[in-house]
Amino acid sequence: MSDSPVMTQGVMEAAKHAHPPYQRHHFESVAQQADATNFAMWIFLLTEIMFFGGLFTAYLILRNWYYPAFVAASHQLNIGWGTGNTAVLISSSFTMAMGVWCAETRRKSGLVLSLVLTFLLGLVFLGIKTIEYSEKIEKHHVPGFHYSVQSFVNPASDPDSVAYGDKPLAMDMARKTELYFFLYFAMTGMHALHMIIGIAILGYMIFRARAGAYTNGHVTFVENFGLYWHFVDIIWIFLFPLLYLISRHQ
Amino acid sequence: MSGHDEQEHHIVSPKVYLAIFAALLVLTALTVAASFVEMGIFNPIVALAIAVVKATLVVLFFMHVKYSTKLTKLTVGAGLFTFIVLVGMTLSDYITRAWGRW
Repeated sequence: MSDSPVMTQGVMEAAKHAHPPYQRHHFESVAQQADATNFAMWIFLLTEIMFFGGLFTAYLILRNWYYPAFVAASHQLNIGWGTGNTAVLISSSFTMAMGVWCAETRRKSGLVLSLVLTFLLGLVFLGIKTIEYSEKIEKHHVPGFHYSVQSFVNPASDPDSVAYGDKPLAMDMARKTELYFFLYFAMTGMHALHMIIGIAILGYMIFRARAGAYTNGHVTFVENFGLYWHFVDIIWIFLFPLLYLISRHQ
Repeated sequence: MSGHDEQEHHIVSPKVYLAIFAALLVLTALTVAASFVEMGIFNPIVALAIAVVKATLVVLFFMHVKYSTKLTKLTVGAGLFTFIVLVGMTLSDYITRAWGRW
């Protein structure tokens, strides 16, 4: 007798829990699942902000301590390459955003195209970074045993320093340029590592999207990857002025 | 099915993305142009201000925070606040010590 209300409730529960295959059974609804996943992704990005925040803080303090060294060292960076790379990365963020839109509106070929473009722009960014890194390697500006302060104690010997009219630095200050390049490689290197991881995931997503994934209403993965990719873009939006631009005149 | 499940997932239109993309490119050109103008102490301030505007555009529109739940907005706000505390407290420590003596 007391079974029947329970039975009814059970049937109702089952009806309430009728769900698409991509909804995990422990979520009440697709919307709840999407909210929880989105929340988790943001928490991960917050840990990333704290991680890069430490590097930015170190840069801020050391730049103010060893100001002449950081100014002279930053004159070694090429603003043209830096600006080009900023444009490339912003474009890749745009194509990624379009990818999210294509997934949401179930456009399979549009999604694949957007992901491929994002993938290629990511590679272009890394290619330009490689050119910049190789310049540093050639001039012995990579911190370590082979580091050379020649461009800073004798700026006349280096066309990049001549272009800015740099004055020679005393040896103790010139040695601090190594700190600038240490932070330059740490920050852009960690950024590039995030790009490499992102490009690898993009490759996987292109493969899956071609098979019809993400355009079946289940867009969470594309959406959260988009958050990651835009986050990496934001890091560069701050790295670019701090490393390339703010010391042009000093 | 219960009503609260039907929350509409907001889809940001390509027009918005395109406008933000254009704004980001213009701001990039602006920050590069500003770096060629001698402004003394204001060079880094202007550069960082433009970077903050660009990052805000990316967060609000590309990352959909403008259209997100209160939980997401609160999470982003809490992250920003914690970041400012991290940098602010570290700087206050350094500034009150032997600043710049190496």
